[in-house]
Amino acid sequence: MLELKNIVFDVAVEEGSSKTKRIIDNISLTIPDDKFVVVTGPNGGGKSTLAKLIMGIETPTSGQILFDGTDVTEMSITDRAKLGIGYGFQQPSRFKGMKVKKLLEIAAGKRLPMLACNEYLSKVGLCSANYLTREVDKSLSGGELKRIEIATLLAADPKLAIYDEPEAGIDLWSFDRLTQTFEAVYKQGNGHSIIIISHQERIIELADDIVCLRDGQIEAAGPAEEIIPQLGLSRKENDYCSFTQPPDLHLTTISTTC
Amino acid sequence: MSVDLSPIDADLLKTLTNVHGIPEGAYNIRKDGELLTRHSSANIEIATKTDYPGIDIRIKDGTKGERVYIPVIVSKAGIKDVVYNTFYIGDNCDVDIIAGCGIHNDSHQASEHDGIHTFHIGKNSRVKYIERHYGEGSGTGDRILNPVTTVYQDENSFCEMEMTQIRGVTSTVRDTDAELGAGAKLVLTEKLLTDGDQKATSNMNIRLIGENSNVQIISRSVAQDNSVQIFNPLVAGEAACHGHVQCDAIIMGKAVVKAIPGIEAAHEDAQLVHEAAIGKIAGDQIIKLMTLGLTEEEAEQEILDDFLN
Ligand SMILES: Nc1ncnc2c1ncn2[C@@H]1O[C@H](COP(=O)(O)OP(=O)(O)O)[C@@H](O)[C@H]1O
Ligand SMILES: [Mg+2]
Repeated sequence: MLELKNIVFDVAVEEGSSKTKRIIDNISLTIPDDKFVVVTGPNGGGKSTLAKLIMGIETPTSGQILFDGTDVTEMSITDRAKLGIGYGFQQPSRFKGMKVKKLLEIAAGKRLPMLACNEYLSKVGLCSANYLTREVDKSLSGGELKRIEIATLLAADPKLAIYDEPEAGIDLWSFDRLTQTFEAVYKQGNGHSIIIISHQERIIELADDIVCLRDGQIEAAGPAEEIIPQLGLSRKENDYCSFTQPPDLHLTTISTTC
Repeated sequence: MSVDLSPIDADLLKTLTNVHGIPEGAYNIRKDGELLTRHSSANIEIATKTDYPGIDIRIKDGTKGERVYIPVIVSKAGIKDVVYNTFYIGDNCDVDIIAGCGIHNDSHQASEHDGIHTFHIGKNSRVKYIERHYGEGSGTGDRILNPVTTVYQDENSFCEMEMTQIRGVTSTVRDTDAELGAGAKLVLTEKLLTDGDQKATSNMNIRLIGENSNVQIISRSVAQDNSVQIFNPLVAGEAACHGHVQCDAIIMGKAVVKAIPGIEAAHEDAQLVHEAAIGKIAGDQIIKLMTLGLTEEEAEQEILDDFLN
């Protein structure tokens, strides 16, 4: 269980300045085990910052973060990772010379057989085994990199996984595969929780709970069925059908069955 | 042949060759400025030079799938060893050459090895050359390696050179020259790591003489502490040819890296490109690995290991 208590995060308006700007404004939030939570809201609302505060990449100006009852507010990123918090970056890093397989193994904390690696990759719609020996560098497209980032979090399998806009840069077939994966992995009731930062209706619909952040504050939070109507999503039936059967696709090169 | 190796020598040798003990096939192992043991094979003949210290390695036309090991180990201090090794590789060969020098120095005296390597690569031959340079030991004595490598590539030959200075070399000046005939291709990868007050200079001069010759130079280096590295790769295109030079360095502490990649085109169809990038490890790379449970130090080491893989 994750508990955020009165989290405030201020940053200097500019470097060296004593004037500050409030990015996260007194947020309190509890995420019990076995929950699928979607955090949504306008760009600049503080979603990524909140995730970084939970992971320990940023430290709150004030407030307290508890994970399974342990106060992790001052804890390092590494120690939080070891406790079971994981974060998939909105903008993943590239590593010259590091093979995809190696990154997955670091994430899993152990050597992985090829088969296991391929399974993680296929869960994010990367169907070719060639990816394992590719380097996590400029040679990967943004969408490929993003999917590998998601695969590392699947391999790490933390007790609390935070995905930051996993849909960004991902084509619609892979996105389909991805939503299935999120659903399958996190609806199995093994005590793990997932927080997905997303604007995607399809992901929002998977949520147990929804948190809407705006200007660093919680604008709305609660069970999905209560919040979705307030989000004003222009939802139509069969909105996504056109995505799953697109007209002119290279269906031979993009396998959707892996 | 059975040879007694001290544990220090055996470790040095393994670092260079990646095999335990004396390798299979053709080899020439040099220790402290003298021949330790040698073996020629049916297709690969190794003979002592008559004019200079060193060896001539003759590889017969059509030799395929064979290896030659010519490691040098120096575990005695105060030695300055200069050795000339000349390879005559016939036509239509496919061979691997494993070279390198490991210095163990526990004294205050300097140890130096200067390997002057020349390669004549015949038509249509493929050569893979792996060279590792490594220094260790508790002494303050300098460990110096000044290799000179010259490659002559005949028509349609392919040469892949992977030259690595692993660690512990106090000072190095590397000179690598090549001349490529028509259709010849050279892929030259150089990896360097310096720390402490070490200095490394790498000069390269590659001349693309024949039509459709092609060179790719990849330099990856890590400079730590107060070390200094200087790169001077030059590619000259004298025919319709391709050349690509890429220098990539990670800089840490107070280290200094200068990369001066040069290209010279003397033919209108010479296509030459160079790139150079020097920077520290990005903070977001370290943070990413920390979110996967590595400590900051482990993350940094992982990034360096992969960069130099
Ligand atoms: N370290 C920081 N320094 C200055 N401004 C920051 C910092 N971190 C976040 N911000 C600002 O805080 C706001 C929220 O950013 P972010 O959390 O990335 O929003 P979201 O993910 O919801 O789009 C943005 O205006 C951003 O520019
Ligand atoms: Mg964001």
